[in-house]
Amino acid sequence: MALAGTNAAAPRPRASRMPARLDLLESGTGLLLALFMLVHTLFAASILLGPEASATMARAFEGYYLFGRSYPAIVGAFTTLIVLMFVVHAVLAMRKAPSGWAAYSRFHGNRGRLAHADTTLWWWQVVTGAVVGLTATIHLYHILANPGGLGPYESAQQVWSGRMWPLYLVLLPAVELHVGIGLYRLAMKWGWFEDDRSTRTRRRLKLAMWGLIGSYVLLGLTALGAYAKLGYEQALDPSTAPAMHAP
Amino acid sequence: MSLDDQPPGGPSAGADDAPVPAGAASSRAPLRRLRLRVLRYNPREPQVPARFETYELDEADNMTLFLALEEVRDRLDASLAYDFVCRAGICGSCAMLVNGRPRLACRTLTGGLPAEITLAPLPVFELVQDLSVDTGKWMRALGERLHAWLHAQHVEPDLDAIEERMDPDVAEKLYELDRCIECGCCVAACGTAQMRVDFVGGVGLNKIARFHLDPRDTRTDADYYELIGDDDGVFGCLGLMACHDLCPKELPLRTQIAFLRRRMVRAGLSGK
Ligand code: HEM
Ligand code: SF4
Ligand code: SF4
Ligand code: FES
Repeated sequence: MALAGTNAAAPRPRASRMPARLDLLESGTGLLLALFMLVHTLFAASILLGPEASATMARAFEGYYLFGRSYPAIVGAFTTLIVLMFVVHAVLAMRKAPSGWAAYSRFHGNRGRLAHADTTLWWWQVVTGAVVGLTATIHLYHILANPGGLGPYESAQQVWSGRMWPLYLVLLPAVELHVGIGLYRLAMKWGWFEDDRSTRTRRRLKLAMWGLIGSYVLLGLTALGAYAKLGYEQALDPSTAPAMHAP
Repeated sequence: MSLDDQPPGGPSAGADDAPVPAGAASSRAPLRRLRLRVLRYNPREPQVPARFETYELDEADNMTLFLALEEVRDRLDASLAYDFVCRAGICGSCAMLVNGRPRLACRTLTGGLPAEITLAPLPVFELVQDLSVDTGKWMRALGERLHAWLHAQHVEPDLDAIEERMDPDVAEKLYELDRCIECGCCVAACGTAQMRVDFVGGVGLNKIARFHLDPRDTRTDADYYELIGDDDGVFGCLGLMACHDLCPKELPLRTQIAFLRRRMVRAGLSGK
């Protein structure tokens, strides 16, 4: 802290530019991950159009329609990229969470007293972030360890026989909440879509946020149900599952 | 969930005129018996532990918390400490936690509150006694640290020259930001300020935004970056918007902070 009467013009060591870069990186990785997740849920939900649609999608990801054959390594490379952003984002965002009991209790004392919606929302951001950090790690490792495993029947088998569904049941709502709240808060923090008073923008974005969260949780759960059903049927009668790999 | 961020019973201050009649008070609701639960502690008498004391009094028409506290001190307990100067939402000395939310006592009508009202001193600031805290000391240190005064560094003042005209729009915006009364509500409401002792809060960032806007101030973004380009400045702000929602003067703190965040990121990326 500067002392009283310090001359502003007096030479001082220049402030580090790092906080600016880290702030941008935190929000930037958050934004990219959020956009990825929005698309990811849609792709996962393609199972609702039937296993064929989903298989086509999976083949497209492996470059089948581009190169005439499947390269599972494409999925692997893309997943690695996501993992990288995921790690960077988690490390940067976790700096903001209360560290230690004193900070935690002061933050919660304030949150409880205020009963202020957006303060509480931030707390949900921290909690869902932690849940996503734990559960998505398992999911991502799984993808990386089985690069050829993209496709409706493979996924369905993992969901049901591989007992991944309880994990997804936790991961899914946490991720959609984290994405929805995160996007809303990005808009607030950086002042996107602002009008004069901005109250209206904020109210609308808040509505859009809940709408997004609600519809994505619903869509995600329905898709998860479809995978579980398919996996269950496969487990009962393995002959219902066509050849494991795309042509 | 909606924008439930104005406390029930209406805003603590609308414009700078008389207190806004809140809810039932104006529509001649039967006046109630109020119970004021006040958190009391005197740091100079540490042997007496902090405690709540409850005072009962009759509500009066259009009664503000200031009037209620005056009555307590006049009739019930002369030792109760709290601060008031202007009684009109101008001096910023009467901020306190009212049922957990920072508000100006002189601008808060009891009619908008439940019959049991809990009062506590603002957190973060140094406690003087009971409801009285030393916001002045904190604000002074903040102003010094943020160099919150006009810098016209490379300009030789010519005392005979006619003052430069200011664009009315800019002047209007400056007045808007200058309405801050340094009451400390934004700091007491801010989750970040609870966790980081040196965080400048909505009031500090608003001060920078004010000089940033002022065409007479010759400082550049790089200069401002020196003052707020870290986690005690704009990058510490989590965007919780409690400052914006609880500022009794309804300053546009959120938009100012978002603006500074954009500018300071740009300044940070362009510098080495
Ligand atoms: C699929 C994974 C994830 C997505 C899509 C995502 C997305 C986002 C977005 C968009 C934000 C807002 C950015 C900002 O305010 O600057 C954010 C903030 C945050 N994220 Fe994540 N995130 C993910 C994973 C994680 C993980 C693994 C953690 C922690 C273990 C985490 C913890 C946080 C925290 C604490 C914040 C609040 C930071 C602040 O207010 O400054 N996130 N996230
Ligand atoms: S910005 Fe608002 S809440 Fe903060 S000190 Fe100024 S008037 Fe008070
Ligand atoms: S927006 Fe920033 S300054 Fe205002 S209450 Fe939130 S964290 Fe504090
Ligand atoms: S007494 Fe001056 S603001 Fe309340």
